[in-house]
Amino acid sequence: MEFLTDPIKVIYEWLMLTLTSWGWAGWLSQLVINLLAIVLFITGVMVLDILLVWVERKVVARFQDRLGPNRVGPFGLFQPFPDIIKLIIKEDITPNGADKVVFNLAPILSLASVIFLWAVVPLASRIYGVDLNVALLYLVAAGSIGTLSIIMAGWASNNKYALLGAYRMVANMISYEIPMIIALLIPTILVGSMSLKLITEAQSGYWFVLVSPLGALLFIIAAIAELGRSPFDLNEGESEIVSGYHIEYTGMKFGLFYAGELLHAFTFGGFWAALFFGGWHGPWAEQYPLLGAFYFVVKAMIGYWVIMWVKYTVPRIRIDHMLAFNWKFLTPLGFILLMVTAVTHSVLRQSPAWLYVAGMFLSNMIVALITIEGLRAQARRQRISAEASSKPVVADH
Amino acid sequence: MVPLSWYIFLSAALFSIGLYGVLARKNAIAILLGVELMLNAANINLVSFWRYGNNALMGGQVFAIIVFAVAAAEVAVGLALILSIYRSRNTIVADELDLMKW
Amino acid sequence: MTVDQVIFFLVGALILVSALMVVTTRNLIHAALWLIATLFGAAVLYATLDATFLAVVQVVVYIGAIAIMFIFAVMLTRRNMLDDASQTNPGWPWAAFIALATFAGLALLAGQMHNAGATQSELFADPLAALSQALISPEAYVLPFEVASVLLLAALVGAVYIANRK
Repeated sequence: MEFLTDPIKVIYEWLMLTLTSWGWAGWLSQLVINLLAIVLFITGVMVLDILLVWVERKVVARFQDRLGPNRVGPFGLFQPFPDIIKLIIKEDITPNGADKVVFNLAPILSLASVIFLWAVVPLASRIYGVDLNVALLYLVAAGSIGTLSIIMAGWASNNKYALLGAYRMVANMISYEIPMIIALLIPTILVGSMSLKLITEAQSGYWFVLVSPLGALLFIIAAIAELGRSPFDLNEGESEIVSGYHIEYTGMKFGLFYAGELLHAFTFGGFWAALFFGGWHGPWAEQYPLLGAFYFVVKAMIGYWVIMWVKYTVPRIRIDHMLAFNWKFLTPLGFILLMVTAVTHSVLRQSPAWLYVAGMFLSNMIVALITIEGLRAQARRQRISAEASSKPVVADH
Repeated sequence: MVPLSWYIFLSAALFSIGLYGVLARKNAIAILLGVELMLNAANINLVSFWRYGNNALMGGQVFAIIVFAVAAAEVAVGLALILSIYRSRNTIVADELDLMKW
Repeated sequence: MTVDQVIFFLVGALILVSALMVVTTRNLIHAALWLIATLFGAAVLYATLDATFLAVVQVVVYIGAIAIMFIFAVMLTRRNMLDDASQTNPGWPWAAFIALATFAGLALLAGQMHNAGATQSELFADPLAALSQALISPEAYVLPFEVASVLLLAALVGAVYIANRK
């Protein structure tokens, strides 16, 4: 029964025993086991990624009042495999005048920047890659490698639409890194650590979404922008710049970008769950880590579903609106929220849990209320001035 | 175990390469790239001295963080200057920016 | 040769080779990409030196911001940067000589260090917590830290003012 309570340790010890009984040295078998674990983990993540293709297509079909894939396998569950075969047998084109090495490196880096993230994801209480004490900054660092891959793809394609898309995407990602970091700082303040494992463990009593609902909202908005999904998908803008930075990519190279994007969305769903929705916490998850991993994946799926929900219902916005929304609204709001959270947390830290949660929730609500009132007043002012300036034209209607 | 001197030699080599870049390159942006290499060499030195010395004193790491800030500021202002010069004089070759030379 | 030393040699080779490419490549975009390789190697070195925070900040700040800024600047000034023209000054042998002399001098000084063979001492408690306390404690480095933030703000305003087309 120990397998149910601590599966990783059991498997590790069994493998260690087997390998050393073959006469391998201790350090060698340890190295082999670690490499094996990494390969298995990445394989698992990629298999999940294949499933995500089906989930994405099925959910978008539901939003658009269609059936979605339903021919291959039960519920079209095997649809991703024909998709992959199609991608693999397509011609692999490298455009004339492209920078070959950079062009081929970009999709690999793009997918790698997402897979890096899984090293710090705490799947369950005792199932995680590594407990990094700077895990949240690591999330941002992996994101900046993704930015790099996009500018490499855009530049190396030797195509002006690709470059324009890359410019837009990089402007998008670098600007929205700031609200993202602020949103990550909120759980850091609440727990006093940047380790995802400690942050998840600290949510055994109450989820942080109760303590900081605005922080959770800020995180998901910044995450969607970081992903470059609608409404922030103007890097793709089919009608204006064809399809952005991956316009020149064909076959599996495009497939890597696509897989990276889907997995990135799911991973951000997972981070959202781990930071604000208790991660693996749930009934009996403490004793049975596999159950905890199941809860985590379910919560991550719900986060992923929210991201898809936003993607398929909100239209694309213009680039100046997007940047103004970040710099004039999200960033100031984030800083105010951070200060309010820090002050309220330090005042209420010693008080009982119910008072603490209620106080933090209330402070967040007050910030939200003031923001909404401010926005309303500003919108009213804008409308009045717009009406005043357009009155002579519409007077005779 | 890696002795301290290896880190010092590595950072000395990196610094010299950066110095070569600064002195030999024509393009102003390439000169800034060389400056970045030199700042990184200094940072490797600071961090390795922190680790091998008394690591209860955080001076080495704090100084490295301040070097990050200085590097970011330097690149931002430097590249802004280069862009502005490029707009008015249509060149970024450092030798051709000689209006102040008499 | 221990695992530490193998890692050091690999990373050191990566850093030096890519740094050489930074200063010798004709194509400036490639130079900026090689700079990223150098910076990444430095981040790995910080990780081997137990400075995890610096390793991650190196990637966020240098690769995520500074290198991207370089790539943008190269692209915006591309008209003048013909890849087939010589990218070095006529006096580059002198530059190489000065760089070699600097390296010789630095190596000589490093060889005379009394603690050159020092090994890593036992790590004091939690470097991350100690670092964060040092950064905000009035007895330690709060003043330089705040001055650095003022510097960044000034650089931000200055850069926007200079680069802004009238």
